[in-house]
Amino acid sequence: MQKMNLFRENRMKSFLSLLFGLFLVTTAVLAQDRGPDAMVRQVTEDVLTVVRQDKDIQGGNTRKAMELVESKVLPYFNFQRMTSLAVGRDWRTATPEQKKRLSEEFKTLLVRTYSNALTSYKNQTVNYKPSKLQASDTDVLVKTEIVQPGSKPVQLDYALEKQGDSWKVYDVIVAGVSLVTNYRDTFNQEIRNNGIDGLIQMLVNRNKQLETGKK
Amino acid sequence: MKPVLSTQPPCLVITLAVLAVSACATTANNPKDPLESFNRAMFSVNEGIDVVVKPVAKGYDAAAPLPVKVAIGNFFGNIWDVWTAANNLLQGKGQDAVSDVGRVLINTTVGIGGVFDVASEMGMTKHTEDFGQTLGKWGVGDGPYFYWPIIGPRTTRDSFGWLVDTYYDPVWRINDVPLRNSLAATRFIDVRASLLPSDKVVEDAAFDKYSYIRDAYLQHRRNEIYDGTPPRERFDD
Repeated sequence: MQKMNLFRENRMKSFLSLLFGLFLVTTAVLAQDRGPDAMVRQVTEDVLTVVRQDKDIQGGNTRKAMELVESKVLPYFNFQRMTSLAVGRDWRTATPEQKKRLSEEFKTLLVRTYSNALTSYKNQTVNYKPSKLQASDTDVLVKTEIVQPGSKPVQLDYALEKQGDSWKVYDVIVAGVSLVTNYRDTFNQEIRNNGIDGLIQMLVNRNKQLETGKK
Repeated sequence: MKPVLSTQPPCLVITLAVLAVSACATTANNPKDPLESFNRAMFSVNEGIDVVVKPVAKGYDAAAPLPVKVAIGNFFGNIWDVWTAANNLLQGKGQDAVSDVGRVLINTTVGIGGVFDVASEMGMTKHTEDFGQTLGKWGVGDGPYFYWPIIGPRTTRDSFGWLVDTYYDPVWRINDVPLRNSLAATRFIDVRASLLPSDKVVEDAAFDKYSYIRDAYLQHRRNEIYDGTPPRERFDD
């Protein structure tokens, strides 16, 4: 009955805030229900909209690109799963604490890599390939391509997994190269030589080194 | 990792590979890369060459306006499309081959000698094929991985493919030597310049640049041979 009162009083301000509230509720519901392909498109367009307007990011400001990735992209990624894929078989032998630290450090490294790629943005557009998805799917590949004049489009695919009601990305594949499993040999070798703690230390050192080397 | 394709390389490739393997006794521990120490040496040679090449590519990238770079990329892309068409035909992809020939005809005429990629704008997809991919399609396995000076990473199969590519490459077939050389040099710098953005990503992402590039190259080639839709690998974790 509150709604009726609002209309009767015809207070524009309240009406607007009600509309806004409804909008929030609907988008929250949509965000849960939409398919993985719609999600990838939405997130990509959100990020590109910012990058297209942000001269700092285009000028190579990695810090700013990282903030953008952390706020807009990270919520849709499952880093624990990504890390387990990069580590491979030895993941099972890691303690929960080691898993947590590995995932944290690997996340930092990947965010930086991904953010750096954003700073080289120049007029590219993204094509979304139609995906044949079934309602029962729980593990899908969403295919996109980055179109740039003068060269062949670059394939950019996302592997997503269903977690409850929402989809999370667990691998990013650029021109056929998985950013995650490309680490597997390096990680396995480090674990063979210095154990899981050695791998954690290797990631920590790398992140520190990249952090201090940047503006 | 399972072998991607069945292994039946032609005699020449086997001979090459065997010769190379026995030529340098290596302490190999990676089955994909039995020649690692030779390759790492070549990798450092290339890093040395790149000290000179990279600034030239950077200069070109900074000096040439975007439309000029696009035109240069399109021009060489159009030339390569001829070879792509031939390889698509060899791989039994007749429809793609016809489309590639159509692209060349349109881009060479309407696209003024290939500097405008009109065909792509008309919705004709650009493919990129080479003889190494054709061999891969025919079932030839990767063979040991190589890192060559100047030309960079190639599997044994793709090294052989590269020789065939170069033999049929229209640019290398031009009789006018100065013209041929300047075209080849321009193309080389254009390709190097197009890789500049990935440089930074690799520098940051890789713990060991050599193995990062090797593993990325192997995944990338597998993807190309399957025309962008390789069977998905399931990883046990």
